[in-house]
Amino acid sequence: MTTLTGPTTAHTLAALIGYHLRGTLKNRFAIVFGAVQPFLYLVLFGPLFDRSGVGSWAVLVPGLLVQLGLMSAGMVGFTIVFDQRFGVLERLRVTPASRVALLLGRVFKDGLVLLVQAVVIIAAGFFLGLRAPLPGVLLGLLLMVVLSVGMASLSYAAALTIKQELFAPVMSTVAIPLMLLSGALLPMSLAPAWLDVVSRLTPFRYAVEALRALFAGAYASPDVLWGVLVTSAFVVIAVAMGTRIFQRENS
Amino acid sequence: MIHARGLTKTFGDVEAVRGIDLDVSAGEIVGLLGPNGAGKTTTMRMLTTLLRPTSGTAAVAGCDLLADPADVRRHIGYVAQGGMIGPFSPVGEELELQARLYGMRRTEAGERVTRLLAELDLSGVERRIAASLSGGQKRRLDIAMGLLHRPDLLFLDEPTTGLDPQSRADLWERVRRRREQDGLTVFLTTHYLEEADALCDRVLIVDHGRIVASGTPRELKSAYGAATLDDVFLSVTGREPREGAAA
Repeated sequence: MTTLTGPTTAHTLAALIGYHLRGTLKNRFAIVFGAVQPFLYLVLFGPLFDRSGVGSWAVLVPGLLVQLGLMSAGMVGFTIVFDQRFGVLERLRVTPASRVALLLGRVFKDGLVLLVQAVVIIAAGFFLGLRAPLPGVLLGLLLMVVLSVGMASLSYAAALTIKQELFAPVMSTVAIPLMLLSGALLPMSLAPAWLDVVSRLTPFRYAVEALRALFAGAYASPDVLWGVLVTSAFVVIAVAMGTRIFQRENS
Repeated sequence: MIHARGLTKTFGDVEAVRGIDLDVSAGEIVGLLGPNGAGKTTTMRMLTTLLRPTSGTAAVAGCDLLADPADVRRHIGYVAQGGMIGPFSPVGEELELQARLYGMRRTEAGERVTRLLAELDLSGVERRIAASLSGGQKRRLDIAMGLLHRPDLLFLDEPTTGLDPQSRADLWERVRRRREQDGLTVFLTTHYLEEADALCDRVLIVDHGRIVASGTPRELKSAYGAATLDDVFLSVTGREPREGAAA
């Protein structure tokens, strides 16, 4: 035996994040493609939104960031299907790496990729006319990354649970209503009462409103508090579910 | 090295493994032999912590399989039937990750990978992708993956399926050498009787989820008055060994 004590979790996580990151960087197309949808909304829908009287770029861009977190992180489960097919997943599961590290290595990588995509969207937004305070933007990015980590965990859990050919249709069927109900595209203040109620039952609405408040510089508002609380609860539950699925394959 | 008692595994209504007892001593090469669907792979997946037994107990490499799977994982190597490396990522990166997951520092991992690849006649493949390797090379690479952390016990699931006879004999030779040099214990599944005959000190014949015969290849042949393990197999299971075999 080389090591009797075994690797630390930090050591294991660093190795896994580095490995998954290298794998993702090899496929730069996927990184660009993941950000295409919000980017198109920004460029082709943003100018209309800005002139509609509903709100400015500082209202739209936070919504598009949540859209990015939901849709792009929602699809990351695809990659684990290949790892499963080629035996990579099984190989990792026979190592002493903890099951939560096996999941976190993937979702932290996804969070980093999402962060880069989000920075590009925000930069493009500034170019088009977005104005927001830097601390608000940074805190907003942090919240979005946390949300994406949760969404990515659920995506891997789904990919390991449902049939491979059903993964993409199921994920988009779930993610699109959640995205629309979050008020990412148009604020829910415009919604009729029933839609507003349904929207309040979904977690992402709170993230969208918190991000908008942060971009408006209202750091101490109830919207920010609720967004942080709901998003934190979401990520804890999602990572717990993801870890359970990684473990359950063991039972 | 392995002591299992009453291992069973049920998938829904299907009893894949129906009560297996087995003991493997340190330094032994033991083969689990049987037709496809006999329960070989399920047994191996239980012993390697990949599947939780429905009932039964086992100590693997001195650790309790159910209570302490993480400790079992530290001491065993496992080479899956279908390989364990994605086709398009550089071999060196896969090996480095594997070494680091067992706690090696980056420089230590690099040295270990270089040495092990040289021992397996794979020097210089680090930058290549797995898809560019030959069948025999890929299999040796899988074995390198299983041996990186110097396990006490190596599990090989159908190690030579799909290899040509020359690569197969080469692999047997390498496994035997590991045992002689490092005292490695090897537990393998196979449906090639000549593999069991040539490589294994002891053979366990498994059918319908139970061990139906066991002994050294020589003992088995003399007990059943058979010239080859094929004949032993036929008289024990009433079937041709490759019946229903996919590969």
